[in-house]
Amino acid sequence: MKLEVTRVIDDEGRVLHPEREPALSSDELRRLYRTMLLVRILDERMLRLRMQGRMGFYLTSLGEEATHIGAAHALRDADWIYPAYREIGAALFRGYPLGTFMCQLFGNSEDPVKGRQMPVHHSVKRLNFVSVSSPVGSHIPHAVGTAWAAKLQKTQDVALAFFGEGASSTPIFHVSANFAALYKVPAILLCRNNGWAISVPSSGQTATPTFAQKAIAYGMPGVLVDGNDILAMIHVVREAAARGRRGEGPTLIEARTYRRGAHSSSDDPSKYRDPAEPKEWERRDPIDRFLKYGQARGVFDAEFVAHTRQEINREIGEALIYAESRPPKPPLHSLFEDVYAEIPRHLREQAAGLEAEIARHGEKVPPRG
Amino acid sequence: MRTVAFREALNEAIAEEMEKDDRIFLMGEEVGHYDGAYKVSKGLLKRFGEKRVIDTPIAEGGFVGVGIGAAMVGLRPIIELMTWNFSFVAADQLINNAAKIRQMSGGQFTLPIVFRGPGGSAHMLAAQHSQSTEALWAHIPGLKVVMPANPKDAKGLLKSAIRDNNPIVFIEGEVLYADQGEIPDGEYTIPLGVAEVKRPGTDITLIGWSKMVKIALATADALAAEGIEAEVVDPRTIRPLDEELLVESVKKTKRCLIIEEGWPFNGVGAEIAYRIGRRCFDDLDAPVERLTGADMPMPYNHHLEQQCIPDVPRAVAAAKKLLYLE
Ligand SMILES: Cc1ncc(C[n+]2csc(CCOP(=O)(O)OP(=O)(O)O)c2C)c(N)n1
Ligand SMILES: [Mg+2]
Repeated sequence: MKLEVTRVIDDEGRVLHPEREPALSSDELRRLYRTMLLVRILDERMLRLRMQGRMGFYLTSLGEEATHIGAAHALRDADWIYPAYREIGAALFRGYPLGTFMCQLFGNSEDPVKGRQMPVHHSVKRLNFVSVSSPVGSHIPHAVGTAWAAKLQKTQDVALAFFGEGASSTPIFHVSANFAALYKVPAILLCRNNGWAISVPSSGQTATPTFAQKAIAYGMPGVLVDGNDILAMIHVVREAAARGRRGEGPTLIEARTYRRGAHSSSDDPSKYRDPAEPKEWERRDPIDRFLKYGQARGVFDAEFVAHTRQEINREIGEALIYAESRPPKPPLHSLFEDVYAEIPRHLREQAAGLEAEIARHGEKVPPRG
Repeated sequence: MRTVAFREALNEAIAEEMEKDDRIFLMGEEVGHYDGAYKVSKGLLKRFGEKRVIDTPIAEGGFVGVGIGAAMVGLRPIIELMTWNFSFVAADQLINNAAKIRQMSGGQFTLPIVFRGPGGSAHMLAAQHSQSTEALWAHIPGLKVVMPANPKDAKGLLKSAIRDNNPIVFIEGEVLYADQGEIPDGEYTIPLGVAEVKRPGTDITLIGWSKMVKIALATADALAAEGIEAEVVDPRTIRPLDEELLVESVKKTKRCLIIEEGWPFNGVGAEIAYRIGRRCFDDLDAPVERLTGADMPMPYNHHLEQQCIPDVPRAVAAAKKLLYLE
């Protein structure tokens, strides 16, 4: 089976397929560039923070920025996004404030999820951006369910789930794909094939040459796209969303990209992969390619690029000062909230018990490290 | 005797058994080229090759089930779960299949299979990565549940688990992997279902397993400084449970505190408390007490998390309460 890789521009940013080129205004181009650069710089800074021990855990999307920022641009704000964990740019694109982003990483008193979740699991209901679950793949059926609800309620919204190629091995991915196609829901299953699942290469997940072709077995279109070409991402996600809104059902998209960084701040890829490989992918950097495209269109001049970088650095600096100066812990009583819709009797008793304990012995002091 | 880390003790157990019996293979995510997420399988791929040390796709429901199928026809799989937190996606295979196939087939099929991996909270990993799952597995007839607390027990119990002809849930405390401890030089095993007195004492029995043994021992140290001699008993296997040794200890000390990292409701401690209450009713000088994890999903923030896990000061206070010293 041979699928064409959908591209709009080449590695030098030259337009290969004008018929697919999304018509974007100069402002839109600048916003896309800015968001990609923001994610790039933010990832660098946050990873450094992690290395300095100022925060517990981090994951970057180095080299994969175009996949999700392109997709976010192609969707409407009312559409639902279920990210895995390398798609924070989609929330930032929709206006997630940097200060809040960092409070989540610290799990501090202004973390919108109240210090409950691991860093990078941002949930922003008001932006229709939901990340709750750590077991890989477990959010995919939620996107299908949300799409199903949109269909039942005739809202015209679509739901998009991002997941890695590794997650395509989970049973729940297959169940979700089957359900989505069978019930013809407006879902987009977007597989970020970044070549690796921790130390396992993508060839260790499946015997098929592409992930996109799995769509055929479930009865939906499968699309292969250059994930480092943001214009191609916008093109294919727009088409998939339009199909969904027309009532024609789901689409599976495989975005070919590459995880240039470590899996997470706890991983060291030099142990299992040839460093020449990520180096090679630097030549296909999604931000550089898009920059060249924008320059050729006369939108990105040197001043814009320098100014954007400066502004991003300043904003990150300010957000960090803000987040690090918030009280580091959510109120103790918050522990007892949200376990159930109402605080049940046994938890009210525990809360009272904890208060009494603290009155006698003081709060438990966390160990260092 | 020599000193090894907990993870090395497990590695030795697997390697020694694989050396002796070529029906044994190890399968799971990242167990081969990566040496395991927690380096338990270090060097095993090199030593035994790709047919016996198998990296899988991310599909717990898949490789747990595949392991079961291989065990049904005579192989002896060791299935590594990257953590027990992800075993839930394989719950149907574990609960409806591994635990029941022997019984449902009228004894025709035997399942000599070990499911192993880290469990418990490991500090700042939040709700889906910090769960103590032993109470769930111990609830299921057909499964044995093993939880070593130190390198010596880890090696001896894992070897017994691999040789056992039943499906075994083997839970390794995620924060224990780097712990050092002495183990015997030569070949040894520790039978499943046999508890151990980790510290003898006369005044109160502290029961804990896996990493709670460390809390219990530290609690006993703190109590000793105040002239109270606590006996620390580690069941080592949750199922089958060595009720006799627990009862014997409590009959002697007349007081019992169970320290459990997991949730209280339907916890392992609840079961133990029932058994002790029933058999030691006339001996007890105070009701059996439990110190458990908080009854909620684990938060991430380290201040909050700390309030949710049993610690030594709380255990000391609970013990003194049972001794009517507070
Ligand atoms: C059910 C489950 N099994 C194992 C893991 C451990 N794990 C976390 S991320 C990961 C790799 C995921 O790879 P992929 O889906 O390709 O996403 P990527 O990290 O490349 O973006 C694994 C195995 C998990 N989180 N959930
Ligand atoms: Mg991947």
